[in-house]
Amino acid sequence: MSYPYLAPDYFQLDDLLTDEHKIVRSAIRDWVTRSIIPIIDQAAQNNEFPVRIIKELGELGAFGPFIPQEYGGAGLDHISYGLIMTELERGDSAIRSTASVQTSLVMYPIFTFGTEDQKRKYLPLLASGEMTGCFGLTEPNHGSDPGSMETRIEDKGDYFLLNGAKMWITNSPIADIAVVWAKDEKGMVRGLIAEKGMAGFSAPKTHNKWSLRASETGELVFDNVKIPKENIFPNIRGLKGPLMCLNSARYGIAWGAIGAAMDCYNTALQYSLERKQFSKPIASFQLQQKKLAEMLTEITKAQLLAWRLGTLKNANKASPAQISMAKRNNVKMALDIARESRQILGAMGITGDFPMMRHMMNLESVITYEGTHDIHLLITGNDITGIAAFE
Amino acid sequence: MKILVCISNVPDTTTKIKLNGEKTAIDLAGVQWIINPWDELALTRALELKEASAGKITKISVISVGSQGAEPTIRKALAIGADDAIRINTEPKDAYFAAFQVAEAVKTEAYDIILCGIESSDYNGSAFGGMLAEFMDLPSVSSVSSFELTGDVVKVNREIPGGYEVVEPQLPFVAVVQKGIAKEPRIPSMRGIMMARQKPLKVVEAIMADALTGFVAFEPPQPKAACKMVDPANVAELVDLLHKEAKII
Ligand SMILES: Cc1cc2nc3c(=O)[nH]c(=O)nc-3n(C[C@H](O)[C@H](O)[C@H](O)COP(=O)(O)OP(=O)(O)OC[C@H]3O[C@@H](n4cnc5c(N)ncnc54)[C@H](O)[C@@H]3O)c2cc1C
Repeated sequence: MSYPYLAPDYFQLDDLLTDEHKIVRSAIRDWVTRSIIPIIDQAAQNNEFPVRIIKELGELGAFGPFIPQEYGGAGLDHISYGLIMTELERGDSAIRSTASVQTSLVMYPIFTFGTEDQKRKYLPLLASGEMTGCFGLTEPNHGSDPGSMETRIEDKGDYFLLNGAKMWITNSPIADIAVVWAKDEKGMVRGLIAEKGMAGFSAPKTHNKWSLRASETGELVFDNVKIPKENIFPNIRGLKGPLMCLNSARYGIAWGAIGAAMDCYNTALQYSLERKQFSKPIASFQLQQKKLAEMLTEITKAQLLAWRLGTLKNANKASPAQISMAKRNNVKMALDIARESRQILGAMGITGDFPMMRHMMNLESVITYEGTHDIHLLITGNDITGIAAFE
Repeated sequence: MKILVCISNVPDTTTKIKLNGEKTAIDLAGVQWIINPWDELALTRALELKEASAGKITKISVISVGSQGAEPTIRKALAIGADDAIRINTEPKDAYFAAFQVAEAVKTEAYDIILCGIESSDYNGSAFGGMLAEFMDLPSVSSVSSFELTGDVVKVNREIPGGYEVVEPQLPFVAVVQKGIAKEPRIPSMRGIMMARQKPLKVVEAIMADALTGFVAFEPPQPKAACKMVDPANVAELVDLLHKEAKII
């Protein structure tokens, strides 16, 4: 059972949005209501990624919304991108993850670091959802510390030889291409595009997840894969490449998490007004009101943080440390709200009839990927003290 | 061939309606606005007809009577696929006033088909379409639940009690449409939203006219009574309640 979705806007932040932002938001909200809400619990219970949504997200234009139209994007601003992420994550973090990866981790690097040929070849297909991409940075032995990666490329004259393995890769089993980060002979991180079907490239699926069950996660295994030279990003060297991608994705997550939180809050509020104990709606008890009031306060703060970050990003002034703070704050906020709101539903809250457990379990991944909660704190610590605690 | 779709800007159907202190108006703070659902279906059908017409339908315009606040709704109609839009810059006071404004604004442009919803989900007056046809001196068909165009011939189904009539109206005409006219409203794509930026949205000033009706007061419906649960084994209690409390047996 699900209640009508009434998104809270306690501080009239809508006044800060343009008409276009509101149309973007309502379009994605309508799509989520129509295409995701009716199927998402079953998809998560069955551990199935609803593959058809890739085409639908492509048609909607949810892939690469800020990429210019000449490459198949919509050319929208970053607040629009943020609002899209919020609405998708109201549906499920798995859906938002697919759009985040395709947009910020696949299309963004191709657009920013790629050659004109690479852009023309891949971006329109990625935008329309005819092609799916994934992003390989994390390795079995290197998560928070990608700078120590072991995956290697060797220049063989006509081509590069790629060897190594990536782990925890969203969409790897279904992706047609992978943006892969690997070190060259000089130990310099390079980016390249690996295509499924290249000999020696496989992408086994990761099983038994309790989180993001409606999303595909897997490995990328490279056993002497010949990468044509034209598949290398010519203009980027070092960890800066993947970190720039992560900045864009983390920015989207800072917005996305608010959607999961608002879904939980909305459900808990409506349930608490209907559910009676001791002959009164449970919403009349102070302890429940405290939970609801604190949730709305946190959502409002997160909305403001995201909106301000969006205006900075539009002006190309959002620093990586600001993005870290927003990602860290908003994801933790959403996870706390998922837990608190689930309690308001009592036993009903543990079932798939309501979204809380699903969001809560999803958010365990969201608080881990794209930089863990700890690492983002250390980034802030580094930024304010000038001393890195994690290098 | 050109189609005009009349759209009105209404509160989202999930809005919790609140009244002002004197109960003479609706408190609009925080309300989200949408295209009236019947108008949105009319627009959807118009777009389907245009796509299937192999170029015969050259333009779909939308028109709305509303102040600046109605523009997101109009832009959405453009993002879904309408070609251009007109906004008559005034609050729609009543159906007579709104129909008069629309008739005046489009009298110099020859539309072949004019579509509007059977009612709007805010005041549910169901009067606009008929009045518009009258002002424009055009035939109209009400309660249209399907709309086919073959060559120049239009065939519509008009719902009547227990069935429907098939009507072949002369063009130009006004079709007042209801549910069934199209399956599902379209969701604008992000590219459509960007393209809507470039599409013309003409703002015209209203012409002096009187409204024939005004609101005196609003009264919200009685809240639903609480539901009492009776154990299935306890038939005596149920009978007792029906007798003494509900007083129906
Ligand atoms: C569902 C899912 C999808 C993912 N998708 C992708 C993807 O598409 N592409 C991709 O490249 N990666 C992906 N990841 C990987 C993700 O980015 C990593 O899991 C993350 O960076 C953390 O790495 P790790 O799991 O190896 O944890 P570790 O780095 O081993 O960290 C373990 C714990 O130690 C803490 N820790 C580590 N270093 C420090 C330190 N210096 N100081 C204090 N504490 C520290 C961490 O905060 C954490 O709590 C995904 C992960 C998940 C769960």
